[in-house]
Amino acid sequence: MSQQLTQKVDVELPAQSVIPRARPALRWLMLAVGLVVVLALPWFVYPPVAMDIAAWALFAISVDLLLGYTGLLSFGHAAFWGASAYSTGLIAIKLGMPFPVAVVGGAVVAMLLAIPTGYLAVRRTGIYFAMVTLAFAQMLYFLANMWGDVTGGENGLQGIPKAFFGVELVETDAFYFYYAAIPIILIGVFIAWRIVNSPFGRVLVAIRDNPARARALGYDVERYKIMVFVLSAGLAGLAGGVFSISHGFASLQELVWTTSGKVVLVTVLGGIGTLWGGPIGAAVVVLLEDRLASSGFNGIGIITGTIFIVIVLAFRHGIWGTARNGLTSWLNRRRIKTGQRL
Amino acid sequence: MTAFIQYTLQGLSTGGFYALSALGLAVIFGVLGVVNFSHGACYMLGAVAATVLLDTLGLGFWAALPLVTLLMFVFGVLMERLLVRWLLKLDPLYNFLLTFGITLVLVDLVKRRYGVSSLPYQVPAGLEGRIDLGSLSLSRYQLFVSVFSVLVCLAVWMLLTKTRIGMIVRASTEDAERSRALGINVGRWVTPVFGFGIALAGLAGVLAAPFRAVNADMGSNFIIVLFAVVVIGGLGSILGAVVAGFLVGLVEAFGQAYADRFSQVLIFVLMALVVLIRPAGLFGKEEAA
Repeated sequence: MSQQLTQKVDVELPAQSVIPRARPALRWLMLAVGLVVVLALPWFVYPPVAMDIAAWALFAISVDLLLGYTGLLSFGHAAFWGASAYSTGLIAIKLGMPFPVAVVGGAVVAMLLAIPTGYLAVRRTGIYFAMVTLAFAQMLYFLANMWGDVTGGENGLQGIPKAFFGVELVETDAFYFYYAAIPIILIGVFIAWRIVNSPFGRVLVAIRDNPARARALGYDVERYKIMVFVLSAGLAGLAGGVFSISHGFASLQELVWTTSGKVVLVTVLGGIGTLWGGPIGAAVVVLLEDRLASSGFNGIGIITGTIFIVIVLAFRHGIWGTARNGLTSWLNRRRIKTGQRL
Repeated sequence: MTAFIQYTLQGLSTGGFYALSALGLAVIFGVLGVVNFSHGACYMLGAVAATVLLDTLGLGFWAALPLVTLLMFVFGVLMERLLVRWLLKLDPLYNFLLTFGITLVLVDLVKRRYGVSSLPYQVPAGLEGRIDLGSLSLSRYQLFVSVFSVLVCLAVWMLLTKTRIGMIVRASTEDAERSRALGINVGRWVTPVFGFGIALAGLAGVLAAPFRAVNADMGSNFIIVLFAVVVIGGLGSILGAVVAGFLVGLVEAFGQAYADRFSQVLIFVLMALVVLIRPAGLFGKEEAA
């Protein structure tokens, strides 16, 4: 069943790996622009909101690693984001660790949690995978709710410190905190980029496109899927940890299935199978929700749900995918006109 | 021993309700290959519609039961015609995501209109109170719901296996290509079947109105439990959905008795065990790798 999805992607997307390599200059330019935007963001956007965008961007990339590059839809990624949000908070509060250490600790917890979950979930593909991951996330939600002594139950885990080696500016000012925390997000994105552009990433794409053939070539498909699932959980964990430090609390909201749904929405909105899609989707959704919330509109789901319906019906390549397809076909037409070789 | 029978009764009566609620999900998946995420939202709409009918038109439970079911059928037909239809040929994940979007819209629309607090709804006249059998005790309404649910499940099963329509629908599910070759208009049955599945969700919602809190979020956790039910039973298997519905009802009843707050988690533990031992579910067919 997942073959239908990927066949469609193959037909409609101009071969992904060919275009960027054909224009390395463009690629470096995009990267430079991206970095400038990341560094300039807290000047233009309220710094805590900018931090939210960055965290959600990495969260979406972690989902895309599964959805876009391996063909697996995880509908329970809130489990890893939320587990790390709580673990990071606990490490920061109980052990008084500086926040980068706490975030890494949270990511490790998320990865450990992903091993048994992944082991069970990869036994099924397609829609079954989505439902199994969703159910496990819900199970974790109930456990966190019950384990109130540690997680704070309904009240959440409050008073998470932003300890940063005694640098007071970072610990108290959200603007400086952004610059202290953004390297963690960028390292996460870099890891995702390394995974995608490695032999391991190539095998993942092969599994997405034709699992039977990948198996016939001698690759242990299930093992690869578990590995990418755990890696993805680690990235979601990094993002969730930064999020909880930035907010100073972790709540059950981080574990509930609507968060899993929201990150899939962000990923698909931005465009799956592209590392740029996640950040773009995150910027759109976080800024939109921030605007709607500050204007006092209390039906955010009506807007985001409608956008999602339109995207799924008409723009399945998402913002980035649609824009890229339009741009490349325009460039190609122009080059044919000017007589350049394709 | 009495306690054991008491919990079994309790579990069977909740189980009947779960079976009915999961039935629509299984029917829609079986025929269209769509996992309808909005099933919980449609269940919520059914319950809210029942309370609204009572408040505005003074229509009671017995009038709401057929009326809401019919309305939800129309709603389902519209949903299929306007939205779901366009994605049927693509990977089923797209319709899963589409119906997730529909859920967000429906839940927040109801929240905006009716708020977040629960809307009151009375148990219909004649079904109040409890029945006492010696030391056993069961709510009269609960008993009604479970008997009614079992009857509906039976009726749907009969409809699918003993009638010509059912035969055509099953043949279309089994092998659409060959059914077409035999002169069956497969596409014609897609819309009514989807509407039927949504109508079942609405019916479950009306039944739930007197004994569950009616609010915009009532379907949010319920849908996840229903997913667990159909994963345990085997997606698309009607018998599987019914059996798993009862199984989950029993697990929940005994869980509440002996493991207190762990009862919600037990359902997912059961699901994990089933996925571990029989990945395709109790009554599901193995998928091709």
